[in-house]
Amino acid sequence: MSPRLIWRKGVSIVMLSLTGVCALAGVSVLLIILGYLLWYGGKYIDWNFFTQLPKPVGETGGGMANAIVGSAKLLLLAALTGVPVGFLGGVYLSEFGGKTFSFMVRYMTDLLNGVPSIVMGIFAYTVVVLPMRTFSTLAGGLALGAMMIPIAVRSTEEFLHAVPRAMREGAMALGASKWRTISSVVVPAASRGILTAALLALARVAGETAPLLFTAFGNRYWSPGWGQPIASLPVMIFTYAVGPYEDWHRQAWAAGLVLLGLVLITNIVVRTLLSRGTSPQRP
Amino acid sequence: MAQSSAKPAYNRTESSESSVTGAMETVLKPPVPSGSQIALEVPLRMQVRNLDFYYGKLRALHGVNLHIAANRITALIGPSGCGKSTLIRTFNRMHETVRGTRLEGEILLDGEDVFAQDVTRLRRRIGMVFQRPNPFPKSIFENVAYGLRINGLPAAQRGRLADAVEHSLRRAAVWDEVKDQLHKSAYALSGGQQQRLCIARALAVDPEMLLLDEPCSALDPVNTAKIEELLFHLKQNCTLVIVTHNMQQAARVSDASAFLLNGELIEFSPTPQLFTTPSDPRTEAYITGRFG
Repeated sequence: MSPRLIWRKGVSIVMLSLTGVCALAGVSVLLIILGYLLWYGGKYIDWNFFTQLPKPVGETGGGMANAIVGSAKLLLLAALTGVPVGFLGGVYLSEFGGKTFSFMVRYMTDLLNGVPSIVMGIFAYTVVVLPMRTFSTLAGGLALGAMMIPIAVRSTEEFLHAVPRAMREGAMALGASKWRTISSVVVPAASRGILTAALLALARVAGETAPLLFTAFGNRYWSPGWGQPIASLPVMIFTYAVGPYEDWHRQAWAAGLVLLGLVLITNIVVRTLLSRGTSPQRP
Repeated sequence: MAQSSAKPAYNRTESSESSVTGAMETVLKPPVPSGSQIALEVPLRMQVRNLDFYYGKLRALHGVNLHIAANRITALIGPSGCGKSTLIRTFNRMHETVRGTRLEGEILLDGEDVFAQDVTRLRRRIGMVFQRPNPFPKSIFENVAYGLRINGLPAAQRGRLADAVEHSLRRAAVWDEVKDQLHKSAYALSGGQQQRLCIARALAVDPEMLLLDEPCSALDPVNTAKIEELLFHLKQNCTLVIVTHNMQQAARVSDASAFLLNGELIEFSPTPQLFTTPSDPRTEAYITGRFG
């Protein structure tokens, strides 16, 4: 072998191992997190964790039932506000928008997507918490919903764009109005993609802590209705992890595992549904 | 032959050098009854007068004049980019779905200006089938029923809806292949079946005219033959216009043919005449395969 060939082979081997190691490092972050959570949190997850309220400071045991329900309520509110606004905004961008205005909206939703989540929290604090003079489920849900809007807008727009023009023309050639074409052909054709994006966005904000710190705040008890402070898994993890008690630390690990598990399950279910339902390619 | 000596009234052979007024005269000349001109023995369904079409600044059609006879098949032929698809899409105003287009001239359907009509009603009267099959992501049944539903068929007439769907699928010669799977996705069908389904979908609202924009270009010869045969049956109660880049197809199926080149209508004659004794050298050059 000529020296040149040896050099080339050497570079090839080095680059191959380098890229391989980096790819492995990317995956291993998830595996390490999962392993850690399973190791530390797995043994503290029991029935009580899902059914009981947190015990008073000093007592061991208890659970985070209120935080699990709280997260569910916050996410419901987030989905109810973020998804419709984002969806309809995406429909506008994809189907109606003029050039300049669409460009502006698109640009601003991208910026909104980059706004640090704690700033979203401050926003909700200013517009909801201050006027209401109390932390509330409503404020937390709206903060999370605002975070979902840009994701929902852009993914709706993308999936609607992917619907072939031929399909729209087919409907319009039958005399369907633009509105009718969009609602009865275009959106149904893109619905699976849009639904997937909405669920992934929901999974994404499910783990957000910062926007909840001074909106939903936290609560050691049940929080009926929408106008009171409410517990949530991420905030509970934060509080318990920085707390001074061994038992709190264990519960924080368990809560982390539950939260991650829920997010992973959502992801996997959504992706399975998506891949199974793919329609065969048209000729 | 009498055919070649008598210049048909609707045949605009002097297109390239004529002024606008010249073109008008050609059009307004009363049709001369003549045994060789099949297109003139039957009433006209559509008249296109001095049609200019622009994509932004680009002029795609130059003063096109065309008469489409009722219950006949009219073929638009010409090389790629000559404007035949653009032309057919103006007939049911589908060009309006593209931004930045502009149209001048007149199109009359049964003597009425199409641009003065409600576009929904117009498109119900003039159906369209596209180059590639474009079924909706719905069941076979719902695909055909779509036009009826959006045109406001009450839910109470469910029985009639099923009848109408069957009738349309039969007219499009696809009923026997799909009757046992009406509620399956339209995507489960083959390309040729999908295209016939699209024809059934267009027929469901009982249009007077059916526009076909290269309906067979994505299909194999067997399916192409099926669709061509179907067109023969359809013309009994429907006026058909077909865009095709396949000259054999135009010769096989059409009664009258229009040859377009660079946005101009070069020649419009009964099909046998256009293919055997074209009056314009450019038509002859095209059909003998010297370009295009």
